[in-house]
Amino acid sequence: MDKNMNILIVDDYKTMLRIIRNLLRQLDFNNVDEATDGAQALSMLRSGNYGLVISDWNMQPMTGLQLLQEVRADGKLRNLPFIMITAESKTENVIAAKQAGVSNYIVKPFNAETLKEKIEKVLVHA
Amino acid sequence: MPDGGNGARRAALAERLAALRARHRDATTPEAVAEIVEQVLATMHGDLTASEATLLAEVEQIGRTIAAAKQEIASLKVEDINRAFIPSATDELDAIVEATAQATNEILDCCETFEKAASELGGEMGEALQAAVTRIYEACSFQDITGQRITKVVRTLKSIEDRIAAIVATFSDRAAGAEPAAQVAAGPESSLLNGPQLPGNGVDQAEIDRLLASFD
Repeated sequence: MDKNMNILIVDDYKTMLRIIRNLLRQLDFNNVDEATDGAQALSMLRSGNYGLVISDWNMQPMTGLQLLQEVRADGKLRNLPFIMITAESKTENVIAAKQAGVSNYIVKPFNAETLKEKIEKVLVHA
Repeated sequence: MPDGGNGARRAALAERLAALRARHRDATTPEAVAEIVEQVLATMHGDLTASEATLLAEVEQIGRTIAAAKQEIASLKVEDINRAFIPSATDELDAIVEATAQATNEILDCCETFEKAASELGGEMGEALQAAVTRIYEACSFQDITGQRITKVVRTLKSIEDRIAAIVATFSDRAAGAEPAAQVAAGPESSLLNGPQLPGNGVDQAEIDRLLASFD
């Protein structure tokens, strides 16, 4: 697992971005960028070189699901590992995300161990 | 058993009601209902049987209840709700979100200081401190959850405001002609944007893992 890869985290709550960034640092991932909505994230992904996206779902104007759909429809980004971290915990949400091509799904509130486990699982299959 | 003339009275009453029904075929407003009740009462002179008197009392009570409900709804003063109560409530809720965000950021400042100290300390003590900091980070994600819950409450308040406005517009003479508040158009994902679920309503991480695995 390349701990030097660039990771993009996307959430409209800046506090949440800070928490995820700190947890990633504890896992030795130090190259972390932040976006506060799907549109900004998509722009950064298209112009950057990222190995993993960790995104919230409920954001405006572009949601995490729309971001995921855009990523999977983009020839350059379509295989990018994409983890959804969200408070949306209904079965239909998980199914919709899976059908859109999500790599893994973490429900908030989550713990550091779950984040570590999902990242490892996603990157092994990448 | 002979009905002692009650049958004739009922037939006459039925005739009057049929005439009123024909005259007010499209009547749907509370005012029209009240008018019909008054006309029924005005025509019901003369001897009444006990059951007809009970019926009359019930009809009178219905008329009074409609009038009282109409007055209560009209006195709700929806303009006060629109101008003061809802904005005040949403401001208070926004202040809660802001205050908890500020407090959470201060906690995170302290945690980052502890993390530096933990790495300098090293050893078992350093590891214990680091583990405690991790747990604080995890706990601090509450701010995101509470923020989303409060947003749901604000949306509910807005919905109540719209519904009250619609009811008052229907019943209030003062609001005659006012149109109900427009509904916000729902986007294609609206049924999927429900925010945090109360305990027992959503699925937990283990169930999500099982669900995802079922696709493999």
